[in-house]
Amino acid sequence: MKFSVSHTAIDVAAAKQAVADVHCGALAVFEGWIRDHNEGQQVERLEYEVYRPLAEKEGAKIVDEALARFAVRHALCIHREGLLELGDCAVIVCVSAAHRDAAFDACRYIIDQTKTRLPIWKKEHYVSGISEWVNCEHCAAAGHSHAEQ
Amino acid sequence: MKVRVQYFALFREQTGCESETVDWPGGTAAELFEMMAGKHPALRTQAAALLAINDEMCAWETPLNEGDEVLFFPPVAGG
Repeated sequence: MKFSVSHTAIDVAAAKQAVADVHCGALAVFEGWIRDHNEGQQVERLEYEVYRPLAEKEGAKIVDEALARFAVRHALCIHREGLLELGDCAVIVCVSAAHRDAAFDACRYIIDQTKTRLPIWKKEHYVSGISEWVNCEHCAAAGHSHAEQ
Repeated sequence: MKVRVQYFALFREQTGCESETVDWPGGTAAELFEMMAGKHPALRTQAAALLAINDEMCAWETPLNEGDEVLFFPPVAGG
């Protein structure tokens, strides 16, 4: 499975093993963890909502794009859904390639696209008792409206 | 024509519903969003980030057909 959504803890060792290949001299791994702060707020926990039918389809497309664009042999991405605690792994990308440059580039491509294209939303629950849906970094930085595109 | 609209995450909370069947004269997905924002004023506070029709990501200018399932996604935040 190139892209999958998991309701339980991600098995990092198994994910790395899934892209193991003796033809590869490089393994690039990105893990996204739940951190304790965001934009001045103390985060207590985080909740991911995923629209699975489309997230899985688009996610597989992103991994396929990376495999086509970069000289890599294997790639996968696993994203969590549900309630996560501080320190939990929210997303993992594993890419194996003959050489490191392509592995780094493909890994970066997959996580960047995953953040902006997939129907995944996160709600941060703060220590203060407030909770809020978080906008993607790209949308917040650009201050643009997709509806007008 | 009738289309089915589904809201997710922030949009679901803003509209207070997960989905609704809408009777409207026809047009593009962007026009449907405008109409729904008229019904649910909270939707105006944040433009839709992404749109899907029948589980395919689509452009806002896509014309809708009878029976389409239209999914309005607020700005996404994976990772």
